Amino acid sequence: MFSNILIYFVVIPIVMLLGLFLCRDIKQIRAVAVTGSVLLTALSVWLLIDYLGLRAAGADAPMLYVDSWSWFAPLNIHLAVGVDGISIAMLILTGFILITGSFASWQIPQPKEFFLWLILLSTGVYGFFISIDLFTMFMFYEVALIPMYLLIGVWGSGNKNYSAMKLTLMLMGGSAFLMLGLIGIYYHSAPEGQPLTWNILEIARYGAISEGWQRFLFPMTFVGFGVLGAMFPFHTWSPDGHASAPTAVSMLHAGVLMKLGGYGCFRVAIYLMPQAAHELAWIFIILTGISVVYGAFSACVQNDLKYINAYSSVSHCGLVLFAILMLNTTAMTGAIMQMLSHGLMTALFFALIGMIYGRTHTRDIRQMGGMMQILPYLSVCYVIAGMASLGLPGLSGFVAEMTIFVGSFEHTDLFHRIFVIVACSSIVTTAVYILRVVGKLLYGPVYDKHHLTLTDATWWERLSTSTLIVCVACIGFFPNFFADLIKFTFSPQIFAVLGLN
Amino acid sequence: MKQEIALLIAFLVVFLCDTFTSDKGAKSIPVVACMWMAAIVAFGFCTIPAGTETAFAGMYATSKVMYAIKNILNIGTFIILIQSLKWANSDFVAIRRGEFYELIMLTLLGMYLMISSRHFLMFIIGLETASLPLCALVAFNKNRYESHEAAIKYVLTAVFSSAILLMGLSYVYGLCGSLYYDNIALAASSNMGVMMVIGLAFVMAGFGFKISLVPFHLWTADVYQGAPTPVTSYLSVISKGSAAFAFLVVLTEVFGALWADAWEWMLYALIILTITVGNLFAMRQTNMKRFLAFSSISQAGYIMLAIVGDNAMGISALMFYVLVYVFSNLAAFGVIGAIENATGKVDMTDYNGLYSTNPRLSFTMMLAMFSLAGSPPFAGFFSKFFVFTSTLSDGASTALYVLVLIALINTIISLYYYLLVVKAMFINPSDNSIATFRSACSERLGMWVCVAGIIGLGIVSYFYDYLLTVVG
Repeated sequence: MFSNILIYFVVIPIVMLLGLFLCRDIKQIRAVAVTGSVLLTALSVWLLIDYLGLRAAGADAPMLYVDSWSWFAPLNIHLAVGVDGISIAMLILTGFILITGSFASWQIPQPKEFFLWLILLSTGVYGFFISIDLFTMFMFYEVALIPMYLLIGVWGSGNKNYSAMKLTLMLMGGSAFLMLGLIGIYYHSAPEGQPLTWNILEIARYGAISEGWQRFLFPMTFVGFGVLGAMFPFHTWSPDGHASAPTAVSMLHAGVLMKLGGYGCFRVAIYLMPQAAHELAWIFIILTGISVVYGAFSACVQNDLKYINAYSSVSHCGLVLFAILMLNTTAMTGAIMQMLSHGLMTALFFALIGMIYGRTHTRDIRQMGGMMQILPYLSVCYVIAGMASLGLPGLSGFVAEMTIFVGSFEHTDLFHRIFVIVACSSIVTTAVYILRVVGKLLYGPVYDKHHLTLTDATWWERLSTSTLIVCVACIGFFPNFFADLIKFTFSPQIFAVLGLN
Repeated sequence: MKQEIALLIAFLVVFLCDTFTSDKGAKSIPVVACMWMAAIVAFGFCTIPAGTETAFAGMYATSKVMYAIKNILNIGTFIILIQSLKWANSDFVAIRRGEFYELIMLTLLGMYLMISSRHFLMFIIGLETASLPLCALVAFNKNRYESHEAAIKYVLTAVFSSAILLMGLSYVYGLCGSLYYDNIALAASSNMGVMMVIGLAFVMAGFGFKISLVPFHLWTADVYQGAPTPVTSYLSVISKGSAAFAFLVVLTEVFGALWADAWEWMLYALIILTITVGNLFAMRQTNMKRFLAFSSISQAGYIMLAIVGDNAMGISALMFYVLVYVFSNLAAFGVIGAIENATGKVDMTDYNGLYSTNPRLSFTMMLAMFSLAGSPPFAGFFSKFFVFTSTLSDGASTALYVLVLIALINTIISLYYYLLVVKAMFINPSDNSIATFRSACSERLGMWVCVAGIIGLGIVSYFYDYLLTVVG
C-alpha cells in the first residue's frame, strides 16, 4: 500500500495531525505546519516531474499511479487513487496555498487547535484530489467541510456565528444532493452481469448509466459540487463565509476548496454522464452566466475588502463552471487554468487583506486611504493581485480567461454566443471594482493619521506573498506548459461521446 | 438459550449479593455487576452458534444474527453500567444501587426474548419483561418530582402501547388461527383483506410507541428528561435498538407478504414524519436530555430507513447503525452524566465555554455530535451511508429516491442542532462556565471506549463486513 506515492498525500497530513497533538509551544507548532506543508509541496512538485517523464515516455492511460485497495468489499468500496495533469496541478496549488496560509497565520491565537483543524481540512482536500473512488472521494470531500465550521466560528471575525453556520449548512446541503447522486451512480454503474463499482475509471469505461438516469443524476451531482463552486443561486455562503473567516482559512477556502467544486463537476458530473451534460448544459450555463456577471456587479458596490474579494471569487469561480460546461478542450483547458489562476490570485488577495486588516483593524475601504505611502510593499502586491484579477497580459488571469472565451466562442449557435458575450462583459466590470479599490485604498490622501505609524510587511509576510506572486507570474508567462500538462489528460473519450472536437 | 441463562444467572448473583451482604459490602455490588456484565459480553462472543437453535416448541429461536444484535446490546449495556458507577455510589442512590443493576439486567433479558421470539406470546412476555423494570428505573430518583412524572408517563404509554399491540395481534390471531411467526407469514401470503391490514396497523402503532416514532413519540422528551441519566441513556440506546430489530423481524418475516399492499406506504409516512418532526423539535431544545430525546427520535427514523431496504444489506445496515448509535449516543450521555454528577447542570447554556475549562469532555462531546450528525471520518457517516445505500439497492423506485432525499435534507437540519452544541462548547463565550473538574475513573473509561468506537467502527471495515457475513 505504501509503495504508491499518492498515498503519502494523505499520510503526511495525518502524521502532521499526530505531531500537532504532541506539540508543546508555538514554535513546535509552526515547525510542524511549515515542514509538513513544504514536504507536501515538494512531493507534489516531484510528482509533476515524474508524471511528465512518464508521459514523455509514452504512458497514455487516462490516469497514472493508479492503485486500489479493497475497503468495504461487499459494497465494492475501494481506497482507489490515481492522478492526471489536472489533479497534479490542484495538488501543487494546495501545497503552495497551505505553505503561504501557514505563514499568514504565524501569530494566530490558540495555534494548536487552529492548525489541527486546518490540517484536517487539507487532509480532506488532498484525499479528494487523489481519489478516483466515488465513495472515498465523497468522504474526503466532507472531511474538508466540517473543520470549516470551527475555523470560522472560533477564529473568525464579525458576524462569525451566522456565517459559519450558513456556510456549513449550505455546503452540507449540497453534499446531500451529491450523496444521493453518487449512490445513484453506483447502482447504475455497470452493465448487466458486471459487479457494480464506485471507481470513476471503470464507470467511465462501461458508460452504462442510461440516459434517463443521467438526466436525474447529472443535476444532482452538478448542483452538489456546484454549491461549493459558488454557483448562482447557491453562492450566498461565499461572501459571508469568506468575510468572517480568518486569513488562512479564507485563502485555503477560496483558493482550494472552491476548486473542489469545479473539479468535482468535471470529474464526476461531466466525465461520467456526458450525454446528460450535453443535454442539460444550457440550464447550468444560464446559472453560471448569472454568477459571473452578478458576482462582478455585486463586488462593485461593496465596501468591505473581503466582501469585494468574495464576490469576485463568485464571479471567477462561476467562470470555471461556465467554461467546463462548454464541453470542448479549449474551454476546459481554460477552466483548469482559471482554477489555478484564481486559486493563487485569491489566496494572495486574502493574505494581503488579512495583513492590512491586522494593521488597520478595519476592512472598510471608506476608512482607509493612501496606503501606498504607508505600506508600499503590501500595496504593490495588492496592485499586482488586482492586475492579475482583471486580466492583465503577463499574469495568470489573462491567459485563463482568454482561453475560456476563445473556447466558448467555438460554439456558433445564438444561445452560446449571447451567454459568452454576457460573460465577457464581466472583464470590464472586474476592472471597475479592482480599480475602485486600488484608487480608494492605495492612492489619495491618508485617511486616518493613526495609520501613519503602521509598519510594512514582516519577513514571513513577504515570503508568503512573494511566493504567490511568482506562481501567478509563472502561469502568465508560461501558459503553454500548463496547457500541455492539462491538455494531454483530457481523455478523448468524453469528447468522442459528445461528437465534439 | 445460553445467553438468556447466563444473564439470568448474573441477575440472580447480583440479586443475592444485594440481599445478603452487609451495608459495607454493598459498595462492591456495582463493580460485581459490571464484571458480570463484562463476562456476559465475552460469553456472547464465545458461544455464537453455527446454525439456528430453537427452544419452547419453536417459540424461541436464536441464530448468528440474533447473537450479533444481542452482543451489540450487551456492549451498550456494559458501557452504561461502567458510566453509572459513580452515580450508583452517590449518597442519593447508594441505598438502592443493587436494584438498579438487577432491573437493568432483567429488562435486558426481556429484550433478548423479544428479539429471539418466533411466537407472539413469547414476544409479549419479552416486551413486558423489558417494559416493567424500565418503569421502575425511570422512577428511580424517587425524591424528585420530575422522576415521578416521567415514570407515570412511561407506565401509561407502555401499557397503552402494549394494549394496542395486543389488540392488533388479536385481529391477526383471529384471521390466521396461530401466533407462530411462520404460520402467520404463510397465512398472510394468501390475500387476507382489509382486517389483516387493520391488525397490522395496530401492531405498527404499538411498535411505534416503543421506538418512539412520530406520531407516537409524545412521551419521549418528558421521560428522558425526568429519568436519571443512566436510565435515559439505556432507554435511548438499548431499548430503542432492540425494539427496532424486533420491528424489522416482525415486518419482514411475518408480514413480509403484505409489503406492497399495506405497510410500504405506512412505513414511508412514519419515517418521513419521524425524521422531520424529531429534527424540528430538537432545534429549539435547551435542556441537553430533552435535546437528545428529540435527536434520538430522528435517529430512529434513520434506523427505520434500513427496514425499507428489506434485504441482507438492510438488516446489516440496521445492526451497524444501532452499533454506531450505541457508541455515539453513549459518548454524549457519558459527558452529560459526568457533568451532571459533578455540577448538576444539564442546560445547553451551561455548556458555554466548556472547551476552555474541560477540553477533553468537550472533545468527546464534539466527536459524539459529529458522529450523530453523520460527518466523516467518524462512524456515523458510514452507518448513515450504508443505510442509504441499502435503501436504494438495485432497482429502487423513484419513491425511494425521494424518501432518501428527504432523509438527506434532514441530515442538514440535524447538523444544525448538533453544531449548536459544538458552538456552545467551543465558540460561545461565558463568564461562569463549568469549572474544571476531573471526572471519575469509570466515567473516563466509558468515554474512552465510546471515542474508540466512534473513530474505529467506520474506518475499520471489519465490523460492517462481519455483520454482513452474519446476515448473508
